[in-house]
This record gives sequence, structure tokens and C-alpha cells, in this order.
Amino acid sequence: MDVTIFLQLVISGLLIGFVFSLIAVGLTLIWGVMDILNFAHGDFLMLAMFSAFLMFANLGVDPVFSLPVIVGLLFFVGLLTFRLVIKPVLGYHALIALLATFGLSIFIRNVVLFFLGPDFRVINQSVLAGKRISFLGLHLSLPQLVSAIGCVLITYVVYLFISKSKFGRALRATALDKDTALLMGINTNRVFALTFGLGAACVGAAGGFLVNFYYVFPEVGLNFAILSFVIVALGGFGNIGGAFLAGILVGLVENIGGFFVGPEFKYTLVFILYLIVISLRPKGLFGW
Amino acid sequence: MQNDKNFYIIFSIILIFMAVAPLVIQNTHFQHLLIMLLLFATLSQAWNLIGGYAGQVSFGHAVFFGIGSYAAMAPLTHWGLTPWVGMLIGGVVAIIVALIIGVPVFRLKGHYFAISTFAVAEVVRELFTNWEWVDGPIGLDAPVLEQGFYNLMFYKNKLPYLYIVLVFFFIMMLLTFRMERTRMGYYFRAIKQRPEAAQAMGVHISKYKQYALMMSAFFTAICGALYGLYILHIEPATVLSLDISIKIVLITALGGTGALWGPLLGSIILIPLQEYSRIWLGGTGKGIDLILLGALIVLICIYEPRGIVGLLKRFNFQKGKN
Repeated sequence: MDVTIFLQLVISGLLIGFVFSLIAVGLTLIWGVMDILNFAHGDFLMLAMFSAFLMFANLGVDPVFSLPVIVGLLFFVGLLTFRLVIKPVLGYHALIALLATFGLSIFIRNVVLFFLGPDFRVINQSVLAGKRISFLGLHLSLPQLVSAIGCVLITYVVYLFISKSKFGRALRATALDKDTALLMGINTNRVFALTFGLGAACVGAAGGFLVNFYYVFPEVGLNFAILSFVIVALGGFGNIGGAFLAGILVGLVENIGGFFVGPEFKYTLVFILYLIVISLRPKGLFGW
Repeated sequence: MQNDKNFYIIFSIILIFMAVAPLVIQNTHFQHLLIMLLLFATLSQAWNLIGGYAGQVSFGHAVFFGIGSYAAMAPLTHWGLTPWVGMLIGGVVAIIVALIIGVPVFRLKGHYFAISTFAVAEVVRELFTNWEWVDGPIGLDAPVLEQGFYNLMFYKNKLPYLYIVLVFFFIMMLLTFRMERTRMGYYFRAIKQRPEAAQAMGVHISKYKQYALMMSAFFTAICGALYGLYILHIEPATVLSLDISIKIVLITALGGTGALWGPLLGSIILIPLQEYSRIWLGGTGKGIDLILLGALIVLICIYEPRGIVGLLKRFNFQKGKN
């Protein structure tokens, strides 16, 4: 076994793993605080990628610079989703909230399909596109490297925000016990709304990075959403650090396992990993 | 036992209607609609056992559905084995898979079970996609065999399919109704509402969750077999897809989870909605039908978060007040 190939696989796994992490962090925030599985998460990713693409194609704004706009936009989408879809069903059976996000997912995906068509699009003339760094026989694609670093930084900022800020404390209190938090004077509805916005903003940032090296089409979110469900469960629900590490693990398994066993089985391996972990550590790798 | 009597009366009326309506309305498409409606009502009732009554939501029932349809179809194509035996094999294999899934995760609360069934379904889908014997991603086409009950093939019209599905629907509904009244039915609901309290009262939680899943898996597999034999073509991308898993959950949740009539009501709403929006608007290839479907699902959820059963209850309540 050539060491360079193995190293290359590890690095590729890490680079994509960091992006998975950020997507999963967005999901785990919503899931942990509200106990709602957001089925439209993948479609939020797709919306972010398409907005970046459209801004590039129509206004010539490079995806690197449009990123803050997209994060803001997705934050707003998250707030709006909470107001219109989630809030009316809070307090009923958890399945109904899930169903509502599922309906929303179908709706968003097909509206985009209707207006923009099913074609795969790619940004190939941006600042980062197509450039790569080579050293020691290893090749790193620049867009992937920048995305990975960006995703790690944002994940860290979110982590700090949740663990240090006053809002973060309110958020954690709400996640632990909603009623007690309410008694302590925390406006839980506001926390919910902001959490939804924050979760959507995380996935928006991931989408903004992803668009630098990944093609865009209306169903692009599906695979990422499925993987991020597994990552969240793997790391333990509502656990940001867990989601981060599990995302990296999934990236590694997907790349290394896919190379040795065959690319058609790369997702199978991820799911088998999950099933093994869940039978050994029933609450996920870092669950409590 | 007024309640019991009411059930039998309503149930008989529905069965008679379902049996007679296709004889009166000799429209093939209407018959198709009725078959799909009954099939998905049965399927959702099977899901309801574990997801509704026992409260363990599964997002991977496609795994049982797909196993059932492959178990009936593959021996039929390869060896000409009667699908009735295949159906049973599928049911038994589904029970075994249910055991494999259930043993590790039924110790846990919350979403771990949901994600596990979902992960198993994805694994099985990818295995079937890469399995030569069942023609991988292409899937299996039913062979052309002599028509009749033995091969479960009918070419002239759809009525025999309709009656077979109706029989299974009858069995499933009756079983659920009886189950509601047995000790096990109470255990299931106790597990759903207060697992700790149920355990304190001496209910073996993981064992009864396992029973619920096994029953659910068995009937889901049988529905899968019927689906394959009716559609005559199965492939991993349809019978093992997340779409099927979600559709089952969707129907039950729309109708009302853990309610006896929920699955039937849900499929009465969703199946025609899907079929007709596809027929009227689906031809454009631009997904207008799905835009409408998605919007309607969201609207129904927002307007009546308890499902259609909740809506009916609301009307009843208002009537009672006057």
C-alpha cells in the first residue's frame, strides 16, 4: 500500500468531513433544542448553493464574497420557516412537525425545479475554481481546502457562541427543559426561532462553501441531508462537538472505505459504521 | 361495548362499499386507485402498530416492504415458485431483520430507533442494487405466467387484485382492532405514553416494542409482495426507497397516528391527491403536482396538527355542544 495514496485519502476525507460537520451542526442545533427533525435541511443547503450560483451567474459576485449574504439570507429563511411552518405545530405530536418540514422540502425542491430546471450547474471561473496546491506528491484542491478551513472556523464560532454567550446559555437551558426555562424568564419561542435561523445559517455557510467545488441541482441536498441525519445520531443528538467529530469520521470512512471496498458501497459503509457504533454506544459516540 | 358495535357496523359498510363500488363503476383507473388506496391503508396500519400504538417511529419501513416484494418476485422469476410461498418467506425474513434492528436499539429512547431503521434500509437498498441475482439496479420484471390464483397473475381486469388486497386490509384492520383491546394493546400504549411508568408496572418494554416491530414488519412485507405482483416490476430505487418509507409515515400521520381509522383516512386523502395531481399536472415534467402536494401537506399540518382524526373529533365535539 502506497503511503501517499493513503495520506491523500485521509486528507480528502478530512476536507469533505469538515463540510459534513457544519451541515450536521446546523441540523443538530434544531434537533437538540426543539426535538424536531428538519427534513428540509438538505433543501436549505440547495437554496444556499443556488443563491450563490445565481449571484455568480447574474451579478458576477464570486462565491467567496457572496458568502456573508448567503448566510444572512438562510438565517432569514430559517426564521421564516419557523414562523410559518414550525410554530403552528409546536406542542403537538413530534411527527407532525416532521411531516410539515417534509412537505416544505418537497415544496422548495420542486419550486426550484420549476423555475431553474433539473440541470447540473457548476461555477468554474471563480477565484478559487480549479486551482490546487501540491506538495510531497499530495494534491489539495484549493476550493476544498478553503471550504474545509472556513467550515471548521464557523463550526468553532458556533460552538463558542453556544457555550459562552448569554443566548447560548438560554438555548442550552431550553434544550434541557423547556418548561423550566420558560419559568426562569427565557422567551423560549424566541430561542426556538433564533435556533432555527442559526441552524439554517450554518447549512447556508456550508452551501456557500460547497458551491466552490460541487455541482448544483435541485436534488443536491438529499444526499447531504441523509448523511447529516446519520452524523447527528452518530455524534449524539444536540451535541455540537459530537456532530463535528462524527462528520469528520464519516468523511474519512466514506473516502478510505470507498477506496478499499468500492465506491458503490461508500454510503453502505457509513450506515454500517453507524449501526456498529449504536450497538456499542447506544447514545452515539459522544452522547450523554 | 357500544364502541365495538359501532366499529363493526362502520367497518362492514366500508368493506361492502369497497367491494361493490368497483363493480358499479367499471372504470379501470378507479379500480387502480382503490387498489393503491387499500394497499397503502393496510401498509400504514402495519406501520401504525409500531409507530402509532407503540410510539416508536420508523423511517425505514421500506426495508420490510422491499424484502417482501423481492421475496415474492425473485423466486417467481427464477424458479416459478408460487408467490404465496414467497410472500410468507418475505414475512419471515422481515421478522428476522426486525429482530436484528430491534435488539440493539430498543433499549434506547428517542430518535435512535428512527435513524437505525433508516440506516438499515439504506444498507439493504445498496446491497440489492449491487446484487446480481436480482438484477441489481434494473430490478425484476414479473414473468408472463398462466393467470390465476396460484401465480397471483390476472391480465383481463384488476378486480381479483382488488379483492385480494381487500382481504388483507380486512385482516389488518380486524387484527388492529382486536389488538387494541388485548393486554398487548394496552402495553403498547403504555410504552408510548410513559415508558418509565409502564416499566414500573412490570411491562417488559423492549420485549413488547420488539413484538410490535415484528408484527409490523411481517405485514409490511406482505404488502410489499402484493405491490410487486400488482405493479409487475420492482427495483431497489422504488420498493426500497426512502420515498416509500416516508409515504407510509405521511399517510399515518395525516390520518392520525395511533388511531384505528387514521391510516385509512390518510390514504383516502393522500393517494387520490397524489394520483390526480400527477395525472392533471404531472405531464409538464416540471413538478407542479409536487409543488401542490408539498404545499398541501404543510397546510394540512398547520391547520390540523392532530391529523384528520383530530378534525373529525373537532366536528363531533362541536355537535355535542349544541
